[in-house]
Amino acid sequence: MQLELTVNGQRRSDDVEPRLLLVHYLREVCGLRAANVGCDTTSCGACTVLLNGASVKSCTVLAVQANGQEVTTAEGLASNGDLHPVQAAFRQEHGLQCGFCTPGMVMATVGLLSENPHPTEAEVREGLEGNFCRCTGYHNIVRAVLAAAEAGAGTEVGA
Amino acid sequence: MIPAPFDYVAAQSPAHALDLLDSHGDEAKLLAGGHSLLPMMKLRLAAPSVLIDIGGLAELKGIRAEGNELVIGAATPHAVLAASELVRAGAPLLAYSAAQVGDPQIRHRGTIGGSLAHADPAADLPMALLALGGSVDVLGPGGTRNIVADDFFTGFFETSMAEGELIAAVRVPRRPGLGWGYQKFVRRANDWAIVGAAAVDGRIALANMGPVPMRARAAERALADGASAAEAAQLAAEGTEPSEDVHADRDYRRHLARVLTRRALEQRR
Repeated sequence: MQLELTVNGQRRSDDVEPRLLLVHYLREVCGLRAANVGCDTTSCGACTVLLNGASVKSCTVLAVQANGQEVTTAEGLASNGDLHPVQAAFRQEHGLQCGFCTPGMVMATVGLLSENPHPTEAEVREGLEGNFCRCTGYHNIVRAVLAAAEAGAGTEVGA
Repeated sequence: MIPAPFDYVAAQSPAHALDLLDSHGDEAKLLAGGHSLLPMMKLRLAAPSVLIDIGGLAELKGIRAEGNELVIGAATPHAVLAASELVRAGAPLLAYSAAQVGDPQIRHRGTIGGSLAHADPAADLPMALLALGGSVDVLGPGGTRNIVADDFFTGFFETSMAEGELIAAVRVPRRPGLGWGYQKFVRRANDWAIVGAAAVDGRIALANMGPVPMRARAAERALADGASAAEAAQLAAEGTEPSEDVHADRDYRRHLARVLTRRALEQRR
């Protein structure tokens, strides 16, 4: 079926099978490999992207469910070569170890800060409960989210 | 994991969805947020040949006060329910229970109607609806009928809805200030309840103590007769036949039902 949507600000039209998952559409049709397939069971959050600005697990969304809507992946965050404040904060605070969970963590953080621009540490931990870091590097991730909030990431438009 | 092939139709209205259900019969499944259905389809536990998407229908969204009730569109996501000022004021247990489902990403997609229709006895919203004494507006070929929570859940993943019907809205009494408590025992973050207990005033509902969410009627009667929370809670497991699994055997579930009921009752405020 014909799918029309906006991915990272660009209009696209693709003929897809209804059973194609959004994460596979992004990775294999759009060539956007930031969202990872981790658990493939709606648990780990490595496939997190924004759908109309809200974080979702793209392994549990059909591509056709995004018809007419707006998808943002980690590739769509930086503008004019400048990292998005959330990306910059993850880099600055070393909010990653192996990096596999990072795109999902970053997108979940962008979603969290858009709903709650100045979370407490407890709210950050709650807000990222849908994202697993199997390196268990949570302390620096939480630090990065708080730094991003401090830098005003939650008030950025267009992410 | 890839679901088996299916045809996908985005319904244009609730009436269109009913027409599609009628023409495709039991080969079709309704899709809203898809957060129960799609995982089952990926595991090939479900393989409908047609998905009828009702998730985008404005008629099935929104929350409004109607007399002494809150009326919640079936396709309202958990995150919207949890954040709604109307719900937080009028039925705070419902807002709280919606915030206990899964994680933020799941709450952005999963819907109240989907969760109730799925009827998982371990899930949050079925227990909450039962504790609140809510009901479900079901739309079918003959019009709308209302089913109270006590009559809605009929078996493991089964409801009293007929084929060809869909949930249009969920109704809960609007009772600001009524005391409530909510307890859910889980082994892992974001998990389904091993056992759950929810209390609203003198009504008590249990999750995962049998094939359906159920009332703790013996405990309710004791409370009504003047028993203390602790005394009433001792009766919480009466009449339950919980299943056994890797997490808990039958006796342990019954123990949890008594402990969580006491905590939920003591938590009422």
